[in-house]
Amino acid sequence: MKVRHKFDSKMAEGDMTAMIDMVFQLIIFFMVLINFSQDDQNDKIKLPSSELAKPPDAPLTFPIVLHLNSNGTIYMGANVVTVDSIAPSLKTEIQLLTSRNQTAKDANIIIRGDQNTPGGVLQDLIKKCQELGFEKFALRVREELT
Amino acid sequence: MKIQSKRAQDKAELQLTSMIDVIFLLLIFFVMTFKIAAQEGDFSVKMPIAGSGGNPDTTNIPIKVRLRANADGELTDIIVNDSLSFGNDFAKLRGHVLNLTGGNAPPTPDDGPEVEIDLDYNLRYENVIRAITAVTGQRQGDEIQRLVERIKFAPPRKPQ
Repeated sequence: MKVRHKFDSKMAEGDMTAMIDMVFQLIIFFMVLINFSQDDQNDKIKLPSSELAKPPDAPLTFPIVLHLNSNGTIYMGANVVTVDSIAPSLKTEIQLLTSRNQTAKDANIIIRGDQNTPGGVLQDLIKKCQELGFEKFALRVREELT
Repeated sequence: MKIQSKRAQDKAELQLTSMIDVIFLLLIFFVMTFKIAAQEGDFSVKMPIAGSGGNPDTTNIPIKVRLRANADGELTDIIVNDSLSFGNDFAKLRGHVLNLTGGNAPPTPDDGPEVEIDLDYNLRYENVIRAITAVTGQRQGDEIQRLVERIKFAPPRKPQ
């Protein structure tokens, strides 16, 4: 004999309110903390740390970010250059500055150097930029948590 | 006369499935893209090319820091003004700068004493930053006491 079970077709209703509250809290938490300006960063670079490092009060005018690797490679936007071959890329930036009625003196070169980079390479890089007319440099460091 | 309206006692049923789907997608997106990054700060170095202006040092406190390195790029000696040697003790260097400046902060970032840093070519950048940290100021609790705002580098010492 075939026995048929009768099921109650009504869906079991759970109270979703608490879960939705919590999930919204999580979303808001991550949304607030997310930082989309990560393109300023480069995972290959391990910055040195300093207890005096403080985020700048105001954003630097016309920033040009140079990522200096420990073997002397420089990442400048999508370009990968060295100290000897950086001049054309910087000249492009100068053209851009000129089109905005500014000069190289107005730009800020932000150097994100790896902590193991020889200091002389940094000096060479600064010298190269100076020769092209740049004057303002910012050595970027990681905040040391004390 | 009291009028009683008859309402249907049926609860309005919301279809939550799609909303929860989207919310979970958002949540997963934010969780995956979340990255804890340490705060970053800058040391400003204003270095016009030699002989083309820049504020002269009016304080008459010459501070020339020479950093010597061994073959591995590690710091071996800190020499100030070609005379004082501090080994690799940055605290002593800071003490010396404190003595010279009297612990006073420069009035404006373009003013005050200027420190020239002269380093061996292969000295690790980390040591350069530690030297800059030592001469530019000190942290007192949450406050940062600035000592020197102006830093410049000597010409690079290319290995022969």
